[in-house]
Amino acid sequence: MTDSDTTLRSVIIWVCEGTWQATVDAALSLAPAPARFTVLHVTSRAPADTARGAYLGLLGRGGHDPGARFDEVAAEAAADLVEAAARRLGQPCERLEIQDHSERAVVAASAHADLLIVARDGDRSRLGPKSLGRATRFVVDHAACPVLLVWPDAAPDVGTMPPPPHHPHLGGR
Amino acid sequence: MLGWAVIRPRGWPEAVAAVPAAVILIAAGAIPADDAGAEARRLGPVIGFLIAILVLAHLCDDDGLFRACGAWLARSSGGRPRRLLALVFVAAAVTTAVLSLDTTVVLLTPVVFATAARLQVRSRPHVYACTHLANSASLLLPVSNLTNLLAFAASGLAFGRFAALMALPWLAVIGTEYAVFGRFFASDLGAAPRPPPDSGAEQAPLPVFTVPVFTVVVVVLTLAGFAVASAAGVSPAWAALAGAAVLAGRALARRRATPLSLLRAADLPFGLFVLGLGIVVQAVVGNGLGQALAPLVPAGTSLLALMSIAALAAALANVCNNLPAVLVLLPLTAASGSGAVLAMLLGVNIGPNLTYTGSLATLLWRRTLRRHGEVPDLGEFTRLGLLTVPAGLVIAVLALWVGLRALGG
Repeated sequence: MTDSDTTLRSVIIWVCEGTWQATVDAALSLAPAPARFTVLHVTSRAPADTARGAYLGLLGRGGHDPGARFDEVAAEAAADLVEAAARRLGQPCERLEIQDHSERAVVAASAHADLLIVARDGDRSRLGPKSLGRATRFVVDHAACPVLLVWPDAAPDVGTMPPPPHHPHLGGR
Repeated sequence: MLGWAVIRPRGWPEAVAAVPAAVILIAAGAIPADDAGAEARRLGPVIGFLIAILVLAHLCDDDGLFRACGAWLARSSGGRPRRLLALVFVAAAVTTAVLSLDTTVVLLTPVVFATAARLQVRSRPHVYACTHLANSASLLLPVSNLTNLLAFAASGLAFGRFAALMALPWLAVIGTEYAVFGRFFASDLGAAPRPPPDSGAEQAPLPVFTVPVFTVVVVVLTLAGFAVASAAGVSPAWAALAGAAVLAGRALARRRATPLSLLRAADLPFGLFVLGLGIVVQAVVGNGLGQALAPLVPAGTSLLALMSIAALAAALANVCNNLPAVLVLLPLTAASGSGAVLAMLLGVNIGPNLTYTGSLATLLWRRTLRRHGEVPDLGEFTRLGLLTVPAGLVIAVLALWVGLRALGG
Protein backbone atom coordinates (compact mmCIF):
# COMPACT_ATOMS: atom_id res chain seq x y z
CA MET A 1 0.00 0.00 0.00
CA THR A 2 1.13 3.59 -0.64
CA ASP A 3 0.81 6.68 1.49
CA SER A 4 -1.95 8.03 -0.73
CA ASP A 5 -4.10 5.23 0.68
CA THR A 6 -4.86 7.44 3.68
CA THR A 7 -7.25 9.40 1.48
CA LEU A 8 -9.27 6.23 0.88
CA ARG A 9 -12.17 5.18 3.08
CA SER A 10 -11.09 2.61 5.66
CA VAL A 11 -13.29 -0.46 5.83
CA ILE A 12 -12.90 -3.04 8.59
CA ILE A 13 -14.21 -6.54 7.87
CA TRP A 14 -14.83 -8.43 11.13
CA VAL A 15 -14.48 -12.13 10.30
CA CYS A 16 -15.83 -14.84 12.60
CA GLU A 17 -15.92 -18.62 12.32
CA GLY A 18 -18.95 -19.75 10.36
CA THR A 19 -20.03 -16.37 8.98
CA TRP A 20 -16.88 -14.80 7.54
CA GLN A 21 -17.73 -15.39 3.89
CA ALA A 22 -20.75 -13.08 4.14
CA THR A 23 -18.75 -10.15 5.52
CA VAL A 24 -16.12 -10.48 2.81
CA ASP A 25 -18.80 -10.69 0.13
CA ALA A 26 -20.49 -7.59 1.55
CA ALA A 27 -17.16 -5.77 1.44
CA LEU A 28 -16.86 -6.60 -2.25
CA SER A 29 -20.41 -5.71 -3.23
CA LEU A 30 -21.44 -2.92 -0.84
CA ALA A 31 -18.35 -1.11 0.47
CA PRO A 32 -17.09 2.07 -1.22
CA ALA A 33 -14.57 1.27 -3.94
CA PRO A 34 -11.69 1.69 -3.87
CA ALA A 35 -11.21 1.35 -0.12
CA ARG A 36 -8.53 0.52 2.40
CA PHE A 37 -9.58 -2.88 3.74
CA THR A 38 -8.66 -4.45 7.06
CA VAL A 39 -9.55 -8.05 7.85
CA LEU A 40 -10.08 -8.26 11.64
CA HIS A 41 -10.33 -11.42 13.73
CA VAL A 42 -10.64 -11.64 17.51
CA THR A 43 -9.78 -14.85 19.34
CA SER A 44 -11.60 -15.22 22.62
CA ARG A 45 -9.51 -16.36 25.55
CA ALA A 46 -12.53 -18.04 27.15
CA PRO A 47 -11.84 -21.59 25.87
CA ALA A 48 -8.22 -21.56 27.07
CA ASP A 49 -9.25 -20.08 30.41
CA THR A 50 -11.96 -22.71 30.79
CA ALA A 51 -9.53 -25.54 30.13
CA ARG A 52 -6.99 -24.02 32.49
CA GLY A 53 -9.61 -23.63 35.22
CA ALA A 54 -10.74 -27.24 34.88
CA TYR A 55 -7.13 -28.40 35.05
CA LEU A 56 -6.54 -26.40 38.21
CA GLY A 57 -9.61 -28.09 39.67
CA LEU A 58 -7.70 -31.35 39.48
CA LEU A 59 -5.17 -29.86 41.89
CA GLY A 60 -2.44 -30.57 39.41
CA ARG A 61 -2.79 -34.32 39.08
CA GLY A 62 -1.62 -35.97 35.90
CA GLY A 63 -0.05 -34.37 32.85
CA HIS A 64 0.37 -30.81 31.71
CA ASP A 65 -1.89 -27.78 31.67
CA PRO A 66 -4.00 -28.30 28.52
CA GLY A 67 -4.62 -24.57 28.24
CA ALA A 68 -0.98 -23.98 27.35
CA ARG A 69 -1.37 -25.49 23.89
CA PHE A 70 -4.64 -23.69 23.25
CA ASP A 71 -3.11 -20.29 22.48
CA GLU A 72 -0.86 -21.83 19.86
CA VAL A 73 -3.65 -23.81 18.19
CA ALA A 74 -6.00 -20.82 18.33
CA ALA A 75 -3.44 -18.48 16.78
CA GLU A 76 -2.85 -20.94 13.96
CA ALA A 77 -6.58 -21.34 13.29
CA ALA A 78 -7.08 -17.56 13.36
CA ALA A 79 -4.25 -17.02 10.90
CA ASP A 80 -5.79 -19.61 8.56
CA LEU A 81 -9.18 -17.92 8.75
CA VAL A 82 -7.79 -14.44 8.09
CA GLU A 83 -5.74 -15.82 5.20
CA ALA A 84 -8.82 -17.46 3.67
CA ALA A 85 -10.77 -14.20 4.04
CA ALA A 86 -7.98 -12.19 2.42
CA ARG A 87 -7.89 -14.61 -0.47
CA ARG A 88 -11.65 -14.37 -0.95
CA LEU A 89 -11.36 -10.57 -0.89
CA GLY A 90 -8.75 -10.74 -3.63
CA GLN A 91 -7.40 -7.26 -2.95
CA PRO A 92 -4.58 -5.86 -0.87
CA CYS A 93 -5.64 -5.64 2.77
CA GLU A 94 -4.32 -5.24 6.26
CA ARG A 95 -4.65 -8.19 8.64
CA LEU A 96 -5.41 -7.66 12.27
CA GLU A 97 -5.49 -10.61 14.68
CA ILE A 98 -6.31 -9.81 18.30
CA GLN A 99 -6.48 -12.07 21.35
CA ASP A 100 -8.85 -10.71 23.91
CA HIS A 101 -11.62 -11.64 26.31
CA SER A 102 -14.47 -9.86 24.62
CA GLU A 103 -15.56 -8.06 21.50
CA ARG A 104 -14.61 -4.76 23.09
CA ALA A 105 -11.54 -5.25 20.95
CA VAL A 106 -13.67 -4.90 17.80
CA VAL A 107 -15.17 -1.63 19.00
CA ALA A 108 -11.73 -0.29 19.91
CA ALA A 109 -10.13 -1.39 16.65
CA SER A 110 -12.91 0.14 14.52
CA ALA A 111 -13.21 3.44 16.41
CA HIS A 112 -11.74 5.52 13.59
CA ALA A 113 -12.89 3.42 10.66
CA ASP A 114 -15.28 4.70 7.99
CA LEU A 115 -17.18 1.43 7.98
CA LEU A 116 -17.31 -1.80 10.01
CA ILE A 117 -18.84 -4.86 8.39
CA VAL A 118 -20.47 -7.37 10.78
CA ALA A 119 -22.43 -10.58 10.18
CA ARG A 120 -25.45 -11.63 12.23
CA ASP A 121 -24.74 -14.84 14.13
CA GLY A 122 -27.78 -15.75 16.19
CA ASP A 123 -31.14 -17.28 15.25
CA ARG A 124 -31.26 -16.96 11.49
CA SER A 125 -34.66 -18.51 10.96
CA ARG A 126 -36.60 -15.32 11.66
CA LEU A 127 -36.18 -11.58 11.78
CA GLY A 128 -35.69 -10.23 15.26
CA PRO A 129 -33.34 -9.40 18.11
CA LYS A 130 -32.29 -13.02 18.55
CA SER A 131 -30.45 -12.89 15.23
CA LEU A 132 -27.62 -11.18 17.11
CA GLY A 133 -25.39 -13.19 19.44
CA ARG A 134 -24.00 -11.59 22.59
CA ALA A 135 -20.73 -10.47 21.02
CA THR A 136 -22.32 -9.13 17.86
CA ARG A 137 -24.94 -7.27 19.85
CA PHE A 138 -22.22 -5.69 21.97
CA VAL A 139 -20.42 -4.47 18.86
CA VAL A 140 -23.60 -3.15 17.21
CA ASP A 141 -24.63 -1.39 20.43
CA HIS A 142 -21.25 0.17 21.13
CA ALA A 143 -19.59 0.79 17.75
CA ALA A 144 -18.22 4.31 17.29
CA CYS A 145 -18.30 4.08 13.50
CA PRO A 146 -20.91 3.30 10.85
CA VAL A 147 -21.81 -0.41 10.85
CA LEU A 148 -22.94 -2.55 7.95
CA LEU A 149 -24.86 -5.52 9.40
CA VAL A 150 -25.41 -8.38 6.98
CA TRP A 151 -27.21 -11.74 7.05
CA PRO A 152 -24.81 -14.66 6.60
CA ASP A 153 -27.24 -16.37 4.22
CA ALA A 154 -30.41 -15.21 2.53
CA ALA A 155 -32.44 -13.16 5.00
CA PRO A 156 -35.60 -14.79 6.41
CA ASP A 157 -38.94 -13.80 4.93
CA VAL A 158 -40.34 -10.51 6.21
CA GLY A 159 -43.37 -12.49 7.42
CA THR A 160 -41.21 -13.93 10.20
CA MET A 161 -41.13 -10.50 11.84
CA PRO A 162 -42.69 -10.76 15.31
CA PRO A 163 -46.19 -9.22 15.63
CA PRO A 164 -46.35 -5.71 17.11
CA PRO A 165 -46.82 -5.54 20.87
CA HIS A 166 -50.41 -5.26 22.00
CA HIS A 167 -51.33 -1.66 23.02
CA PRO A 168 -54.92 -1.52 24.26
CA HIS A 169 -54.99 2.31 24.20
CA LEU A 170 -54.10 2.39 20.56
CA GLY A 171 -56.85 0.00 19.68
CA GLY A 172 -54.78 -3.17 19.64
CA ARG A 173 -53.33 -4.47 16.44
CA MET B 1 -2.79 -26.08 51.96
CA LEU B 2 -5.41 -25.95 49.21
CA GLY B 3 -4.12 -22.52 48.30
CA TRP B 4 -0.67 -24.00 47.89
CA ALA B 5 -2.08 -26.78 45.71
CA VAL B 6 -3.58 -24.25 43.30
CA ILE B 7 -0.75 -21.73 43.20
CA ARG B 8 2.08 -24.23 43.37
CA PRO B 9 4.99 -21.93 44.17
CA ARG B 10 7.97 -22.64 41.92
CA GLY B 11 6.03 -25.48 40.36
CA TRP B 12 6.58 -27.67 43.43
CA PRO B 13 4.16 -30.55 43.70
CA GLU B 14 1.18 -30.30 46.03
CA ALA B 15 2.65 -32.98 48.25
CA VAL B 16 5.36 -30.55 49.42
CA ALA B 17 2.68 -28.81 51.47
CA ALA B 18 0.35 -31.71 52.24
CA VAL B 19 2.80 -34.23 53.64
CA PRO B 20 4.54 -31.89 56.13
CA ALA B 21 1.11 -30.57 57.17
CA ALA B 22 0.02 -34.13 57.92
CA VAL B 23 3.27 -34.86 59.79
CA ILE B 24 2.92 -31.68 61.89
CA LEU B 25 -0.66 -32.57 62.82
CA ILE B 26 0.36 -36.08 63.85
CA ALA B 27 3.33 -34.76 65.85
CA ALA B 28 1.14 -32.13 67.53
CA GLY B 29 -1.30 -34.83 68.55
CA ALA B 30 -4.19 -33.39 66.54
CA ILE B 31 -4.75 -36.88 65.16
CA PRO B 32 -3.59 -40.05 66.95
CA ALA B 33 -0.84 -41.84 65.03
CA ASP B 34 -2.96 -45.01 64.95
CA ASP B 35 -5.86 -43.19 63.29
CA ALA B 36 -3.49 -41.63 60.79
CA GLY B 37 -2.10 -45.08 60.04
CA ALA B 38 -5.59 -46.50 59.56
CA GLU B 39 -6.47 -43.63 57.23
CA ALA B 40 -3.30 -44.27 55.22
CA ARG B 41 -4.11 -47.99 54.95
CA ARG B 42 -7.64 -47.12 53.82
CA LEU B 43 -6.44 -44.59 51.23
CA GLY B 44 -3.51 -46.63 49.94
CA PRO B 45 -5.46 -49.05 47.71
CA VAL B 46 -7.71 -46.22 46.46
CA ILE B 47 -4.67 -44.22 45.38
CA GLY B 48 -3.17 -47.31 43.77
CA PHE B 49 -6.39 -47.74 41.78
CA LEU B 50 -6.26 -44.10 40.65
CA ILE B 51 -2.62 -44.42 39.60
CA ALA B 52 -3.41 -47.51 37.52
CA ILE B 53 -6.20 -45.60 35.73
CA LEU B 54 -3.96 -42.57 35.11
CA VAL B 55 -1.27 -44.79 33.59
CA LEU B 56 -3.86 -46.62 31.50
CA ALA B 57 -5.18 -43.31 30.14
CA HIS B 58 -1.67 -42.04 29.43
CA LEU B 59 -0.89 -45.20 27.44
CA CYS B 60 -4.18 -44.88 25.52
CA ASP B 61 -3.06 -41.39 24.53
CA ASP B 62 0.37 -42.69 23.46
CA ASP B 63 -1.40 -45.28 21.30
CA GLY B 64 -3.28 -42.50 19.51
CA LEU B 65 -6.73 -43.13 20.99
CA PHE B 66 -7.51 -39.43 21.44
CA ARG B 67 -6.04 -38.43 18.08
CA ALA B 68 -8.37 -41.02 16.55
CA CYS B 69 -11.21 -39.55 18.59
CA GLY B 70 -10.47 -36.07 17.21
CA ALA B 71 -10.44 -37.37 13.66
CA TRP B 72 -13.72 -39.22 14.27
CA LEU B 73 -15.29 -36.04 15.63
CA ALA B 74 -14.13 -34.06 12.59
CA ARG B 75 -15.37 -36.60 10.08
CA SER B 76 -18.66 -37.58 11.64
CA SER B 77 -19.68 -34.02 12.42
CA GLY B 78 -19.05 -32.87 8.87
CA GLY B 79 -18.22 -29.46 10.32
CA ARG B 80 -21.79 -28.89 11.57
CA PRO B 81 -21.59 -27.31 15.02
CA ARG B 82 -24.71 -28.91 16.52
CA ARG B 83 -23.71 -32.34 15.35
CA LEU B 84 -20.20 -31.79 16.65
CA LEU B 85 -21.60 -30.83 20.06
CA ALA B 86 -23.65 -34.04 20.24
CA LEU B 87 -20.58 -36.12 19.36
CA VAL B 88 -18.39 -34.21 21.85
CA PHE B 89 -21.01 -35.01 24.51
CA VAL B 90 -20.73 -38.71 23.66
CA ALA B 91 -16.93 -38.66 23.61
CA ALA B 92 -16.59 -36.68 26.84
CA ALA B 93 -19.23 -38.69 28.71
CA VAL B 94 -17.68 -42.04 27.75
CA THR B 95 -14.08 -40.89 28.32
CA THR B 96 -14.95 -39.49 31.73
CA ALA B 97 -16.90 -42.56 32.80
CA VAL B 98 -14.29 -45.10 31.70
CA LEU B 99 -10.95 -43.31 32.05
CA SER B 100 -11.80 -40.70 34.71
CA LEU B 101 -12.37 -36.98 34.61
CA ASP B 102 -8.64 -36.28 34.66
CA THR B 103 -8.35 -37.88 31.26
CA THR B 104 -11.13 -35.76 29.81
CA VAL B 105 -9.62 -32.54 31.13
CA VAL B 106 -5.99 -33.23 30.31
CA LEU B 107 -6.16 -35.39 27.18
CA LEU B 108 -9.57 -35.02 25.48
CA THR B 109 -10.20 -31.27 25.87
CA PRO B 110 -7.16 -30.15 23.83
CA VAL B 111 -8.11 -32.61 21.08
CA VAL B 112 -11.68 -31.28 20.96
CA PHE B 113 -10.41 -27.70 20.85
CA ALA B 114 -7.98 -28.45 18.03
CA THR B 115 -10.74 -30.28 16.12
CA ALA B 116 -13.13 -27.33 16.42
CA ALA B 117 -10.36 -24.93 15.37
CA ARG B 118 -9.51 -27.04 12.33
CA LEU B 119 -13.17 -27.25 11.31
CA GLN B 120 -13.44 -23.45 11.73
CA VAL B 121 -16.26 -23.98 14.15
CA ARG B 122 -16.59 -21.78 17.24
CA SER B 123 -14.89 -23.78 19.95
CA ARG B 124 -16.55 -22.32 23.04
CA PRO B 125 -19.53 -24.70 23.41
CA HIS B 126 -17.37 -27.75 22.75
CA VAL B 127 -14.64 -26.84 25.24
CA TYR B 128 -17.25 -26.00 27.88
CA ALA B 129 -18.91 -29.35 27.15
CA CYS B 130 -15.65 -31.16 27.96
CA THR B 131 -15.02 -29.30 31.19
CA HIS B 132 -18.63 -29.60 32.34
CA LEU B 133 -18.97 -33.30 31.53
CA ALA B 134 -15.61 -34.02 33.17
CA ASN B 135 -17.48 -33.26 36.39
CA SER B 136 -21.11 -34.10 35.77
CA ALA B 137 -20.52 -37.24 33.67
CA SER B 138 -18.16 -38.64 36.30
CA LEU B 139 -21.07 -40.27 38.14
CA LEU B 140 -21.31 -43.60 36.36
CA LEU B 141 -18.44 -45.79 37.56
CA PRO B 142 -16.22 -45.88 40.63
CA VAL B 143 -13.22 -45.21 38.36
CA SER B 144 -14.76 -42.08 36.83
CA ASN B 145 -13.72 -39.77 39.64
CA LEU B 146 -11.38 -39.96 42.63
CA THR B 147 -14.35 -38.94 44.79
CA ASN B 148 -16.20 -42.07 43.60
CA LEU B 149 -13.20 -44.28 44.32
CA LEU B 150 -13.01 -42.96 47.88
CA ALA B 151 -16.73 -43.48 48.42
CA PHE B 152 -16.77 -46.84 46.64
CA ALA B 153 -14.17 -48.20 49.04
CA ALA B 154 -16.27 -47.07 52.00
CA SER B 155 -19.75 -47.87 50.70
CA GLY B 156 -19.36 -51.62 50.36
CA LEU B 157 -21.24 -51.56 47.04
CA ALA B 158 -20.21 -53.96 44.28
CA PHE B 159 -18.86 -52.36 41.08
CA GLY B 160 -21.85 -53.46 39.00
CA ARG B 161 -24.39 -52.26 41.54
CA PHE B 162 -22.69 -48.86 41.83
CA ALA B 163 -22.91 -48.52 38.05
CA ALA B 164 -26.53 -49.73 37.93
CA LEU B 165 -27.65 -47.22 40.56
CA MET B 166 -25.71 -44.36 38.98
CA ALA B 167 -26.67 -45.06 35.35
CA LEU B 168 -29.97 -43.21 35.51
CA PRO B 169 -28.57 -40.09 37.29
CA TRP B 170 -25.65 -40.12 34.81
CA LEU B 171 -27.96 -40.10 31.79
CA ALA B 172 -30.29 -37.56 33.40
CA VAL B 173 -27.48 -35.10 34.11
CA ILE B 174 -25.98 -35.44 30.65
CA GLY B 175 -29.43 -34.84 29.15
CA THR B 176 -29.90 -31.74 31.30
CA GLU B 177 -26.50 -30.36 30.31
CA TYR B 178 -27.24 -31.00 26.64
CA ALA B 179 -30.56 -29.22 26.77
CA VAL B 180 -29.04 -26.19 28.52
CA PHE B 181 -26.01 -26.07 26.20
CA GLY B 182 -28.24 -26.11 23.10
CA ARG B 183 -29.99 -22.95 24.25
CA PHE B 184 -27.09 -21.22 25.99
CA PHE B 185 -24.79 -21.47 22.99
CA ALA B 186 -27.52 -21.09 20.36
CA SER B 187 -25.74 -18.32 18.48
CA ASP B 188 -22.35 -20.07 18.46
CA LEU B 189 -23.96 -23.32 17.33
CA GLY B 190 -26.09 -21.56 14.72
CA ALA B 191 -23.06 -19.96 13.08
CA ALA B 192 -22.48 -22.76 10.60
CA PRO B 193 -20.57 -22.29 7.39
CA ARG B 194 -22.88 -21.65 4.50
CA PRO B 195 -23.91 -24.71 2.56
CA PRO B 196 -22.49 -25.56 0.09
CA PRO B 197 -19.09 -25.15 1.72
CA ASP B 198 -17.68 -23.08 -1.13
CA SER B 199 -14.44 -22.76 0.77
CA GLY B 200 -13.97 -26.53 0.60
CA ALA B 201 -10.81 -26.24 -1.43
CA GLU B 202 -9.30 -23.91 1.16
CA GLN B 203 -9.72 -26.27 4.07
CA ALA B 204 -7.14 -28.79 5.08
CA PRO B 205 -8.12 -32.36 4.16
CA LEU B 206 -9.76 -34.25 7.02
CA PRO B 207 -7.38 -36.56 8.83
CA VAL B 208 -7.60 -40.28 8.20
CA PHE B 209 -8.53 -42.06 11.35
CA THR B 210 -7.19 -45.38 12.45
CA VAL B 211 -8.61 -46.76 15.65
CA PRO B 212 -5.96 -48.34 17.88
CA VAL B 213 -7.92 -51.59 18.08
CA PHE B 214 -5.65 -53.38 20.52
CA THR B 215 -5.84 -50.47 22.97
CA VAL B 216 -9.62 -50.27 22.75
CA VAL B 217 -9.92 -54.03 23.33
CA VAL B 218 -7.70 -53.79 26.41
CA VAL B 219 -9.78 -50.92 27.81
CA VAL B 220 -13.04 -52.81 27.21
CA LEU B 221 -11.61 -55.96 28.83
CA THR B 222 -10.40 -53.89 31.78
CA LEU B 223 -13.89 -52.50 32.15
CA ALA B 224 -15.37 -56.00 32.10
CA GLY B 225 -12.64 -57.01 34.56
CA PHE B 226 -13.86 -54.37 37.06
CA ALA B 227 -17.31 -55.92 37.19
CA VAL B 228 -16.08 -59.52 37.23
CA ALA B 229 -13.43 -58.91 39.89
CA SER B 230 -15.83 -57.03 42.09
CA ALA B 231 -18.50 -59.74 41.78
CA ALA B 232 -15.87 -62.33 42.71
CA GLY B 233 -14.95 -60.35 45.81
CA VAL B 234 -11.57 -59.21 44.44
CA SER B 235 -10.65 -55.53 44.42
CA PRO B 236 -11.30 -54.10 40.92
CA ALA B 237 -8.03 -52.22 41.30
CA TRP B 238 -6.34 -55.44 40.16
CA ALA B 239 -8.21 -55.28 36.85
CA ALA B 240 -7.03 -51.71 36.34
CA LEU B 241 -3.50 -52.76 37.19
CA ALA B 242 -3.70 -55.68 34.73
CA GLY B 243 -4.99 -53.44 31.93
CA ALA B 244 -2.28 -50.86 32.57
CA ALA B 245 0.36 -53.61 32.75
CA VAL B 246 -0.66 -55.07 29.36
CA LEU B 247 -0.49 -51.70 27.61
CA ALA B 248 2.70 -50.75 29.45
CA GLY B 249 4.38 -54.03 28.54
CA ARG B 250 3.46 -53.55 24.90
CA ALA B 251 4.64 -49.92 24.89
CA LEU B 252 7.93 -50.89 26.55
CA ALA B 253 8.48 -53.75 24.10
CA ARG B 254 7.86 -51.39 21.17
CA ARG B 255 10.08 -48.78 22.80
CA ARG B 256 7.26 -46.27 22.80
CA ALA B 257 7.53 -45.81 26.54
CA THR B 258 10.36 -45.90 29.05
CA PRO B 259 10.14 -46.89 32.70
CA LEU B 260 10.73 -43.21 33.48
CA SER B 261 7.83 -41.99 31.31
CA LEU B 262 5.54 -44.53 32.97
CA LEU B 263 6.67 -43.39 36.39
CA ARG B 264 5.94 -39.80 35.44
CA ALA B 265 2.47 -40.81 34.21
CA ALA B 266 1.83 -42.51 37.54
CA ASP B 267 2.16 -39.08 39.22
CA LEU B 268 3.25 -40.43 42.59
CA PRO B 269 3.49 -36.96 44.18
CA PHE B 270 -0.23 -36.58 43.62
CA GLY B 271 -0.80 -39.86 45.45
CA LEU B 272 1.21 -38.50 48.37
CA PHE B 273 -0.85 -35.30 48.25
CA VAL B 274 -4.11 -37.25 48.59
CA LEU B 275 -2.65 -39.26 51.43
CA GLY B 276 -1.56 -36.08 53.24
CA LEU B 277 -4.89 -34.42 52.53
CA GLY B 278 -6.76 -37.43 53.91
CA ILE B 279 -4.85 -37.27 57.19
CA VAL B 280 -5.23 -33.48 57.49
CA VAL B 281 -8.97 -33.70 56.83
CA GLN B 282 -9.27 -36.54 59.33
CA ALA B 283 -7.63 -34.32 61.95
CA VAL B 284 -9.94 -31.40 61.15
CA VAL B 285 -13.03 -33.63 61.26
CA GLY B 286 -11.91 -35.21 64.54
CA ASN B 287 -11.38 -31.79 66.10
CA GLY B 288 -14.87 -30.41 65.74
CA LEU B 289 -15.84 -30.15 62.08
CA GLY B 290 -17.46 -33.58 62.11
CA GLN B 291 -19.57 -32.68 65.13
CA ALA B 292 -20.49 -29.34 63.59
CA LEU B 293 -21.63 -30.92 60.33
CA ALA B 294 -23.35 -34.02 61.71
CA PRO B 295 -26.67 -32.28 62.49
CA LEU B 296 -26.78 -31.02 58.88
CA VAL B 297 -26.63 -34.53 57.43
CA PRO B 298 -30.13 -36.01 57.49
CA ALA B 299 -30.60 -39.68 58.22
CA GLY B 300 -32.40 -42.09 55.92
CA THR B 301 -32.83 -42.18 52.17
CA SER B 302 -36.14 -40.41 51.63
CA LEU B 303 -36.24 -38.11 48.62
CA LEU B 304 -35.93 -35.08 50.88
CA ALA B 305 -32.97 -36.57 52.76
CA LEU B 306 -31.18 -37.40 49.50
CA MET B 307 -31.80 -33.87 48.20
CA SER B 308 -30.42 -32.30 51.40
CA ILE B 309 -27.32 -34.49 51.34
CA ALA B 310 -26.62 -33.67 47.68
CA ALA B 311 -27.15 -29.95 48.28
CA LEU B 312 -24.89 -29.96 51.34
CA ALA B 313 -22.20 -31.87 49.43
CA ALA B 314 -22.42 -29.48 46.47
CA ALA B 315 -22.17 -26.48 48.78
CA LEU B 316 -19.16 -27.91 50.58
CA ALA B 317 -17.46 -28.81 47.28
CA ASN B 318 -17.91 -25.20 46.20
CA VAL B 319 -16.70 -23.71 49.47
CA CYS B 320 -13.44 -25.68 49.57
CA ASN B 321 -12.97 -28.37 46.90
CA ASN B 322 -14.69 -31.66 46.20
CA LEU B 323 -11.80 -33.80 47.42
CA PRO B 324 -11.81 -32.57 51.03
CA ALA B 325 -15.61 -32.37 50.81
CA VAL B 326 -15.91 -36.08 50.12
CA LEU B 327 -13.38 -36.96 52.83
CA VAL B 328 -15.37 -34.93 55.36
CA LEU B 329 -18.84 -36.18 54.39
CA LEU B 330 -18.01 -39.83 53.79
CA PRO B 331 -18.04 -40.97 57.42
CA LEU B 332 -21.19 -38.92 58.08
CA THR B 333 -23.20 -40.34 55.18
CA ALA B 334 -21.89 -43.92 55.29
CA ALA B 335 -23.98 -44.47 58.42
CA SER B 336 -27.19 -43.95 56.41
CA GLY B 337 -26.27 -46.55 53.82
CA SER B 338 -25.19 -46.58 50.22
CA GLY B 339 -28.09 -44.41 48.98
CA ALA B 340 -26.87 -41.52 51.10
CA VAL B 341 -23.27 -42.02 49.95
CA LEU B 342 -24.36 -41.92 46.30
CA ALA B 343 -26.45 -38.77 46.89
CA MET B 344 -23.36 -37.18 48.43
CA LEU B 345 -21.40 -38.13 45.29
CA LEU B 346 -24.01 -36.43 43.10
CA GLY B 347 -23.36 -33.25 45.05
CA VAL B 348 -19.56 -33.32 45.02
CA ASN B 349 -19.35 -34.35 41.34
CA ILE B 350 -21.96 -32.03 39.79
CA GLY B 351 -21.38 -29.13 42.21
CA PRO B 352 -17.90 -28.09 40.99
CA ASN B 353 -19.35 -26.79 37.70
CA LEU B 354 -20.38 -23.70 39.65
CA THR B 355 -16.82 -22.71 40.58
CA TYR B 356 -13.87 -24.41 38.90
CA THR B 357 -12.01 -25.62 41.91
CA GLY B 358 -14.09 -24.52 44.84
CA SER B 359 -14.49 -20.85 45.54
CA LEU B 360 -11.48 -20.56 47.84
CA ALA B 361 -9.16 -22.00 45.24
CA THR B 362 -10.79 -19.99 42.44
CA LEU B 363 -10.16 -16.78 44.35
CA LEU B 364 -6.50 -17.63 44.80
CA TRP B 365 -6.21 -18.64 41.18
CA ARG B 366 -7.72 -15.37 39.99
CA ARG B 367 -5.32 -13.46 42.17
CA THR B 368 -2.26 -15.19 40.73
CA LEU B 369 -3.48 -14.72 37.16
CA ARG B 370 -4.18 -11.06 37.77
CA ARG B 371 -0.63 -10.59 38.95
CA HIS B 372 0.44 -11.83 35.53
CA GLY B 373 -1.77 -9.26 33.82
CA GLU B 374 -4.55 -11.62 32.77
CA VAL B 375 -8.02 -11.52 34.20
CA PRO B 376 -10.04 -14.63 33.48
CA ASP B 377 -13.65 -13.89 32.64
CA LEU B 378 -15.68 -16.00 35.03
CA GLY B 379 -19.01 -14.43 34.08
CA GLU B 380 -19.92 -16.85 31.31
CA PHE B 381 -18.69 -19.88 33.23
CA THR B 382 -20.73 -18.89 36.26
CA ARG B 383 -23.90 -18.14 34.28
CA LEU B 384 -23.65 -21.55 32.61
CA GLY B 385 -23.06 -23.18 35.99
CA LEU B 386 -26.10 -21.50 37.51
CA LEU B 387 -28.24 -22.89 34.70
CA THR B 388 -26.89 -26.46 34.78
CA VAL B 389 -25.88 -27.24 38.36
CA PRO B 390 -29.10 -26.74 40.36
CA ALA B 391 -31.24 -28.31 37.61
CA GLY B 392 -28.77 -31.18 37.14
CA LEU B 393 -28.63 -31.86 40.88
CA VAL B 394 -32.41 -32.00 41.30
CA ILE B 395 -32.90 -34.24 38.28
CA ALA B 396 -29.99 -36.51 39.25
CA VAL B 397 -31.27 -36.95 42.81
CA LEU B 398 -34.73 -37.78 41.46
CA ALA B 399 -33.18 -40.34 39.12
CA LEU B 400 -31.15 -41.84 41.97
CA TRP B 401 -34.26 -42.03 44.14
CA VAL B 402 -36.14 -43.82 41.36
CA GLY B 403 -33.18 -46.19 40.90
CA LEU B 404 -33.01 -46.96 44.61
CA ARG B 405 -36.75 -47.71 44.64
CA ALA B 406 -36.51 -49.93 41.55
CA LEU B 407 -33.36 -51.82 42.51
CA GLY B 408 -33.85 -51.75 46.24
CA GLY B 409 -31.79 -49.37 48.34
